[in-house]
Amino acid sequence: MAIATGTYEDKTEEQKAIIEMVRQFVDEQILPNAEEYDHEDKFPEPIVEQMKELGLFGVTIPEEYGGMGLDLTTYTMIVEELSRGWISISGVVNTHFIGSYLLMKFGTEEQKDYFLPKMATGEIRAAFSLSEPEVGSDVQGIKTSAVKEGDDWVINGQKMWVTNGLGSSVVFLLVKTDPKADPPYKGMTCFITEKEAWEHENTGEYAGLNIPPAIKKMGYKGVESTELVYDGYKCPSGRILGGEEDGLGEGFRQMMDALEVGRVNVAARGVGIAQRALELGLRYSQERKTFGKPIAEHQAIQFKLADMATKVEAARLVTLKAARMKDAGERSDLEAGMAKLLASETGKEVVEDCFRIHGGYGYSKEYEIERLYRDAPLLLIGEGTSEIQRMVIGKKLIQRHKI
Amino acid sequence: MKICCLVKEVPDAAVTKRMDPDSKRLDRSGEKNLNPFDTHAIEAAMQIKEGGTPVEEIVAVTMGPDSAVRALHKAVALGADRSVHLSDAALEGSDVCATGYALAKILETENPDLVLLGQQSDDGECYTIGAVVADHLKMPSLTQVIKMDAADGKLTCERQAEYGYDTVEIDMPAVISVGDAINEPRYPSLKAIMGAKKKPLDTKAVADAGIEADRIGEGGSRTTVLALAEPPQKEAGEVIEDEDTNETVEKIVAWLDERKLI
Ligand SMILES: Cc1cc2nc3c(=O)[nH]c(=O)nc-3n(C[C@H](O)[C@H](O)[C@H](O)COP(=O)(O)OP(=O)(O)OC[C@H]3O[C@@H](n4cnc5c(N)ncnc54)[C@H](O)[C@@H]3O)c2cc1C
Repeated sequence: MAIATGTYEDKTEEQKAIIEMVRQFVDEQILPNAEEYDHEDKFPEPIVEQMKELGLFGVTIPEEYGGMGLDLTTYTMIVEELSRGWISISGVVNTHFIGSYLLMKFGTEEQKDYFLPKMATGEIRAAFSLSEPEVGSDVQGIKTSAVKEGDDWVINGQKMWVTNGLGSSVVFLLVKTDPKADPPYKGMTCFITEKEAWEHENTGEYAGLNIPPAIKKMGYKGVESTELVYDGYKCPSGRILGGEEDGLGEGFRQMMDALEVGRVNVAARGVGIAQRALELGLRYSQERKTFGKPIAEHQAIQFKLADMATKVEAARLVTLKAARMKDAGERSDLEAGMAKLLASETGKEVVEDCFRIHGGYGYSKEYEIERLYRDAPLLLIGEGTSEIQRMVIGKKLIQRHKI
Repeated sequence: MKICCLVKEVPDAAVTKRMDPDSKRLDRSGEKNLNPFDTHAIEAAMQIKEGGTPVEEIVAVTMGPDSAVRALHKAVALGADRSVHLSDAALEGSDVCATGYALAKILETENPDLVLLGQQSDDGECYTIGAVVADHLKMPSLTQVIKMDAADGKLTCERQAEYGYDTVEIDMPAVISVGDAINEPRYPSLKAIMGAKKKPLDTKAVADAGIEADRIGEGGSRTTVLALAEPPQKEAGEVIEDEDTNETVEKIVAWLDERKLI
C-alpha cells in the first residue's frame, strides 16, 4: 500500500523518475515475493535478473564503463526503496556497490577496464571481505595473509560473514602482507580475488578458495553470508587493488574509505525498513479494533505512530545529507557515521514499534512485520556496530573541535 | 507503420482524490504520474514493434499543462521514440468532446496508422476519448481491447465484454483503447529514464494544429457541471447466519430466486 510516502523531498526530475520506477518494481516484484524467499531462505534469482536489466548493478559506475554514472545521493534513494521491499535485495547490490567504489577510486586503468563493464551489467557480482572468525570490529587484528612467491601472492586464512560470498565472481579481500608492520594497518593490502560464482570448491586458476555451506541466520535471508577459506590461493600481483607499486600496504585505508560510503548505504537501508514498518503500522492500526474503535484512535498507539514517522523523517534527512556532502566532495566521515548510527537504530526501533502495534499477529509468520523484526537487527551490526559508530563519531568530534 | 499513443498525466494512485467544490473539477494538485492505463498502450505498441511488424515510429501525444512533460518523459522512457505536447492556456476546462477534438487535430498532423490509448484515465475515468478521437479522424475504433495482433494492415483484437469477449478484425488506420489485461508493461530501465530527455519533444500550441478556438476550453465545451453530489450510499447487505447449513442454503437460494438471479 502506498501510504505515508515522503512529503517534502528534494529530488531532481531524473531522481523522481528513477524512484518512481524502483518503487513500482518493489511494490510489484519484491514485496509480493519476499515472504516466500525469506521462508525458504532462497536466493531471489528472478528479481536479481530483472534488476540487472534495469541497470541497478551499475548505478554509480561511470557511463564509459557501461554504468549510469549517477551520484551517491541517487544511489542512496534507490537503496532506501529497495530496502523498503526487502533488505536482502539491497544486500545483493550493497557489496557490489562497495566493490565498484573501490575499483573506481583506487583501481588501475587495467583493473577498471577489466572489471567495471562486467560489473555495470551485473554479469559478475562483487563481495568484500574484512571480517574473520575472531575479528570484526577490530579490523587491524585480521590474520589472513598473503606472501609473495614469484609473480603471485599466495593467500592463506579464513574469512567470515562474507555477504554474497558464494554467488559473487570477485571478492575484494583485505589481508596482511607485512605481519611486522607497526601500526599493523600499514601492512594490510586489498586483493581482488576472482572465483567461480556459485561454486563451493574452486579449481584451475582459482584453486585454493573453498566456500563452506552458508551461515544460517536469524534474518537477512535469501542472500548468503559465508565463510571463505583461502588455502594456498594464488593471486597475481596485478590483482592488488591499485597495482602492486601503489596498492601494497594501502588496503586498510582503501577499505575504510569504502566503508564510509558503505555506511551511508546501510543508513539508507535503515530508512527503507523503517519506512516500511511505518506503512505497515499505519495500515494495521486503522484496521484493528479494540474497545470499540480502531487502535489508531487510541492515543497510546497514535503517539507511537507519531514517533515512528518523526524518526523516519529525521533518519532520512541525515542520511541524504551525508550522501550529498560526499557527492559535493566534502569530508563526510562524521556525517556518514551519524547517519549509520541514527538510521540503523531507527530501523530497529520503528520496526519494534510496528511489531507492538500488531499485537500477537506480529509474532505470526503470516504478517510481514515478523520478517522485518528479524531483518532489522543486522543493520545494527554490519559495516560497523553502533558502538563502533559512536567511537568514530566521538573521535572525529573531538578532532574537529580541539581546544 | 506509425503508431501514436495518447497519454495523460494524472494524480498519482497514492493521492486521495477529491473534487474541488469551487471549480467543480478534480483537484489535480499533489504527486502526478503517467496514467497507468496508458503504459499498457505504449507496451502494446512496443510489442507490435518487437513482434516483427515494421514500425517506423512510436509517438507519444499528450494534451496538458507544463507539468505533463513528465508524463511524456515516462512515455519515451517506456519505449516511444518521440513525443508531442499540446499545451495552451486556451485548452483549460475542455470537456471530453473538446479534448477529443483537439487531440484529433494533433493526430491529423502526425497521420498515424494506429492510435493506441488506455481505455480510461485514472482521474476522469470517462472511457470515451478513444471513440471521440476516432469519430473526428473517421477511423474505425475498438475499446477495452485485451488482446491485439497486427498482420497485413489489419488488427485482430479481443474486446472485453460483460459476457466474455468479442474477437474483431479491424482495418488500419484505427483507434484502439486498451484495457490493463492486455499486457504487463515493462519497467523503464535506468538508461531509458536517463535518456528520456534526449528524445525529441515538440511543444505545440492551439494555433500550430489549426485547432478552432471556439471548440475548446471551457467556452468551447458543451457540457457544464451544474452540481456535485456524493454517490448514494450502498444499502447495507443482508447477513445470513449459518446455523443449519441446509437452511442457510435454502435461504440463499430463495434470496437469489427473488431477484431472478437463478
Ligand atoms: C549478516 C551479516 C553480514 C555481514 N557481511 C559482511 C561482509 O560482507 N563483509 C565483511 O567483511 N563483514 C561482514 N559482516 C561482519 C560485520 O561487519 C561484523 O560482524 C561487525 O563488524 C562486528 O564484528 P564482530 O561480529 O566480530 O563483533 P565484535 O567486534 O566481536 O564486537 C562484539 C561487541 O563488542 C562491541 N565492541 C567491539 N569493540 C568495541 C570497543 N572498542 N568498544 C566498545 N565496544 C566494542 C561491538 O560493538 C559488539 O557489540 C557481516 C555480519 C553479518 C551479521
